[in-house]
Amino acid sequence: MATPIEQLGQDAIAAKGWLGAHKWFILRRLSQVAIIALFSIGPIGGVWVLKGNLAGSWVLDTVPLVEPFVFLQMLAAGMFGFLTTTLIGVAIVVAFYALVGGRIYCAWVCPVNIITDAAAWVRRRLGISQSAKISPQTRYWMLAAVLVLALLTGQLAYELVNPVAVVHRGLIFGMGAGFWGMVAGIFLFDLLVARHGWCSHVCPMGAMYSLIGAPAALKVTSPNRAKCDDCMECFEVCPEPKILPAALKQGMKRGLPALVDSSLCTRCGRCIDICSKDVFAFGVGGVLLSGRAHEEGARKGASGEKVESLKKAS
Amino acid sequence: MAAGNGTGNMNRRRFLLNMARSAAGVSLLALGVGLHARSAKALPPEYIRPPGALDEDKFLSACIRCGVCVRDCPYDILKLAELGGDNPATGTPYFVARTGPCEMCEDIPCIPGCPTNALDHSLKDITKARMGLAVLIDQETCVAFLGLRCEVCYNVCPVRGKAITLEYQPNKRSGRHALFIPVVHSEHCTGCGLCEKACILEREAIKVLPIRLAKGELGHHYRLGWQEKARRKGSLVSPDETHQFNLPEGVKYDYETGRVYRVEEGAPQGAGKSLRDGKAPGAAPAAREMAPAAPGAPGALSNPLDVLNRGIREAE
Repeated sequence: MATPIEQLGQDAIAAKGWLGAHKWFILRRLSQVAIIALFSIGPIGGVWVLKGNLAGSWVLDTVPLVEPFVFLQMLAAGMFGFLTTTLIGVAIVVAFYALVGGRIYCAWVCPVNIITDAAAWVRRRLGISQSAKISPQTRYWMLAAVLVLALLTGQLAYELVNPVAVVHRGLIFGMGAGFWGMVAGIFLFDLLVARHGWCSHVCPMGAMYSLIGAPAALKVTSPNRAKCDDCMECFEVCPEPKILPAALKQGMKRGLPALVDSSLCTRCGRCIDICSKDVFAFGVGGVLLSGRAHEEGARKGASGEKVESLKKAS
Repeated sequence: MAAGNGTGNMNRRRFLLNMARSAAGVSLLALGVGLHARSAKALPPEYIRPPGALDEDKFLSACIRCGVCVRDCPYDILKLAELGGDNPATGTPYFVARTGPCEMCEDIPCIPGCPTNALDHSLKDITKARMGLAVLIDQETCVAFLGLRCEVCYNVCPVRGKAITLEYQPNKRSGRHALFIPVVHSEHCTGCGLCEKACILEREAIKVLPIRLAKGELGHHYRLGWQEKARRKGSLVSPDETHQFNLPEGVKYDYETGRVYRVEEGAPQGAGKSLRDGKAPGAAPAAREMAPAAPGAPGALSNPLDVLNRGIREAE
């Protein structure tokens, strides 16, 4: 029986306590704030853990990091005069996200996620259910358009307006009218125009990271999906609800492995938090990182047929 | 069967429509961004890129807007552009000379951290940087032109005595003083903007401009005679031809004294009146030129003045 929206999350709090029902949410916010903080303590305190911003940075003034999104635009714009440093920086970032899941960037790093989460929360509070129909594929069109724009203009044209870059830069280099305009724009778009509008439909960075993260080992698994009582709360909070059924009862019927096997998963862990039955848990390969029982998950993962379907999906 | 095909068609139709909708929406967005990108392509002249920045069009494809140069600048003069109409491209680094000029650090700390070579790592000597070019743009307010001793721009210039020199000119207003005019030399000016910052006026008379605005470009086929002469270590035309003067009738130029004078009608010799200073030229050269050349004398016909000043002889 689906939980009414007013009671969203209350079962989980009753079963696991408030902290238990917000564990990953809190860790995620800590991660996002810590990244901003590490970029900011350099100019304030003189400790340079991270220097630069998400587009490119130096870790402890020695390890370069370069965002693949701007690098792709550089290549599309015909700029090949970059450095070995550039390549090393891109390789490190790509390797990391390929391993842990590309869209971990969206839920654990990107500051715009805080805005869109807030919009989703207000949406639920105000009971706004209307939403413009935007195809979730739009983001891949956007990614293609970003690269075509770079090719046609010979510059990183999308970076003139990229909300992720504008918001992040505003946070660590000083906020101006552009920053606040962008924050308000994204918030209102997600609140009034489309549910999970920006992050789950339009953002080309999310599109790129979902492609990078396709082979990732870290996944949300659903070892206790047999216990699912169809409360639908995870669907209410998941930014990409279309990817959930395959991990739940529907997937169980079709013999699919007990995990969220989509590169669109942001690993935000809201489904883990909100579930009062502990259906979900983070897992790497077949090994669970959190949660208790995983009888069903292990059994499914072991069968050759399921491995086959896993490969196909990724 | 038929019904199945019908739903298939409907699904395909819906799928294609959805695709078209996404594509159209994204194209509109892209068009907007593209137009904005085109208008943002030229850096507004008051904004200056850090030392070593590639040409603006290349810079905009190489700079990832990470702000590491901003962090590495020990004088905190670099800023990242805000989203907005008249600003440099969003997120790119710049400085404004009047409020915070480049201090021209010898080790150029803003460059090595640049992860993409948008700031050229091969620039090791800050005096080779060309961020722009200082131009003494307003000679009406520059106090040096008003006859005052200022020379602040000359004195703060880090490429001292080379990028800005003082040229002495007579002060025509007072008739007896000198003007100490600052002159910028593009060969040495790095465009750091220290002169613009230091200019004592309410609004600066010397400004750093982008080189595209500050410099002309000579036709590539031009050869400067004196340079060619120096390279050849001698004249390219030899021997140097004596200049031929094409003056109106009744006017003469005296080559040796450098005077132009009118030959008075009926005045036999040496009575010309100079047009320049009202004094008659020395009699000796005039007499020599006025004398009819002896027929058959060597060189008589080779004197161009004989042809140029035709009619004078008839007057005689």
